[in-house]
Amino acid sequence: MADAMVSKRTLMSRLVGSGRSSRIAYLYLVPAFLVMSIITIYPLAFQVWMSFTDMQLVHLNLRLGLTPDFVGLKNYVDVIASQLAIPNYNFVRIVIYNLWWAITNVAIHLVLGVGIALLLNVKGLRFRKFYRAMFILPVVIPPIIVATVWANMFDAQNGAINLLIAGLGRFLGMSPEVFHIDWLRQVQSPIDWLLPSWDGGPNLSLPLAFYAMLATNTWLGWPLNSVVATGALQSIPHELYEAAEIDGATSRQRFRHITLAYLRPAMIPYAIYGFVITFNLFFLSFFMSGGGPAGRTELLVTQAYRLANEQRVYGVAAAFAVIMFFILLAITLVANRLTKATQSYSL
Amino acid sequence: MTAPTLSGPKLRSRFALWSRRDQPGLIRQFGLQILCLLVLFTVLFPIVWVVSLSLDPLNRSRPLGLNIIPPGATLEAYAQVLRQPTNNPITFLELTFNSLKIALGTSLISVGIGVSAAYAFSRLNFRGRQVLMIAILGVLMLPAVATLVPLFVLLNSVRVDLPIVGDFNLRQSLLGVGLAIVSGLLPFAIWNLKGYLDTIPRDLEEAAAVDGASVNQTFLQIILPLAVPALAVTAFLGFIAGWTEFYFTSTFLSGNVKDHTLALALNAMVGQFSSTPWSLFSAFAILFAVPPAIVYFIVQRWITSGLAIGGVKG
Repeated sequence: MADAMVSKRTLMSRLVGSGRSSRIAYLYLVPAFLVMSIITIYPLAFQVWMSFTDMQLVHLNLRLGLTPDFVGLKNYVDVIASQLAIPNYNFVRIVIYNLWWAITNVAIHLVLGVGIALLLNVKGLRFRKFYRAMFILPVVIPPIIVATVWANMFDAQNGAINLLIAGLGRFLGMSPEVFHIDWLRQVQSPIDWLLPSWDGGPNLSLPLAFYAMLATNTWLGWPLNSVVATGALQSIPHELYEAAEIDGATSRQRFRHITLAYLRPAMIPYAIYGFVITFNLFFLSFFMSGGGPAGRTELLVTQAYRLANEQRVYGVAAAFAVIMFFILLAITLVANRLTKATQSYSL
Repeated sequence: MTAPTLSGPKLRSRFALWSRRDQPGLIRQFGLQILCLLVLFTVLFPIVWVVSLSLDPLNRSRPLGLNIIPPGATLEAYAQVLRQPTNNPITFLELTFNSLKIALGTSLISVGIGVSAAYAFSRLNFRGRQVLMIAILGVLMLPAVATLVPLFVLLNSVRVDLPIVGDFNLRQSLLGVGLAIVSGLLPFAIWNLKGYLDTIPRDLEEAAAVDGASVNQTFLQIILPLAVPALAVTAFLGFIAGWTEFYFTSTFLSGNVKDHTLALALNAMVGQFSSTPWSLFSAFAILFAVPPAIVYFIVQRWITSGLAIGGVKG
């Protein structure tokens, strides 16, 4: 018996640890790393080189054979100091708005997701299975479709949202002409004190388009949070509640010390994942507001796309992408810290 | 044949439906139902809106109002979409075929190449393992848009004069778009599959090792069969990403209309909501979204049960 255990272990160590298996491991890695080094690693290294040059559209014409000039850190300075000859470009505004966009969305997703999961978890609720099946619908629709459909729904003339509130308004005796709200293009911001600008800083006021996209992304985002929360809720042993009840805990205390305690370790990693997804959510900003009005709902990803696709200043776009990498790296490191910090709470 | 027996906990929960003492009262149940219906309304509203829009006749560029079934409902928008959805001379079937080529090709290649690397990361020990894993994570962190520029420039420089096709520019082709997508999808596939392989217990492999199985035999005969669900889900997530891919297709394919995909046609339609009848757009969006949505609906329980931890970067 003991012999078998020992030989098993040595066999495994032969598989896992020795020099021979190292060679086998490299063989297993070769296909992926051949492909990745050509189409992933090399382009990324090339991007860093490009970011120090003034590469533009003319340099792509192979017949002209022009080579881009080395400009040092100029692209980086121009991007960060908002010195680009592009209308409505302001780096500081984009970064702050992008963070604000991700934080507000994730907070709403979390609260709604957990709230609706709790609602569907109430004992004795009828049609529970039907609701659970229906509420997953937003998850299965591709985001590009969601973005274009909601752009259509927020149309100022005949969009569904204006028709809906005009219908409600008629119910209250208001004329339907009042409700031609230009959700995605109105310049004036409805709430001034939210995300205020400082003197000499960029215009950070949140246009109506922000709220329209917040509504859209809320529709898109809470259901998956709800699924995760439901999974966590179902993992809570029922005996805990009974024991707490016997010990005289109030329902509020049971919620705080049992329900929330079990939800937290499941929800925090998911919230961080949702934060990164939302931070880089291209489709809503691109298809709904187009980054407008006046670039106030532009995100880093949409700006990166525009630099490459519309302005075609490739050197600048490369520098922008490198800067974006470092911003995301910082976010990932902070997120890892947060996950580690919350792991100690896990049960 | 014996009747199916209910296992312990299931039996108990069956009974609990009737015998639980804290069943909500009628008023509480009513309140809960109202709340659920309210949520249901918000979930279904956009879906019903698009479906009813798609039934509008083509000569009506905008809807008359909020109707579940609009007056004069017809399927002519669908017929027009299937014939020729945009002004570009390309049919719906050709667009679908191009999207399929990209989505299937990139997801199968990524999963096929990725699984062996995932196995190495999950089970084998080798020098440089940490560094390589961090490199993959670093690439994963970058959104696809951030690799748009170098891939555009590099693929654009591959330009050859082929005998039959003539001047061929890799950038302006589906092949080039596919390569660009694999560039981001492959690290995703490796990471996702590694995460799944890590959860497979090692008992079976240890038993195989006792019986003298080699690394290759273990991989092919034990790991691969066990990883089939993960392979399927990863391939499916990759498929969805390719099916709706927009950054590379829109930047690379510009003039090359015959290679256009469904996502590009959708972009062309919403570019001018004023000139495209909304019924045409809606019918197109439905035909675009429904096939992957049905598959997603079926497989989402596996996706959300922690099988696929990361999402495909967008």
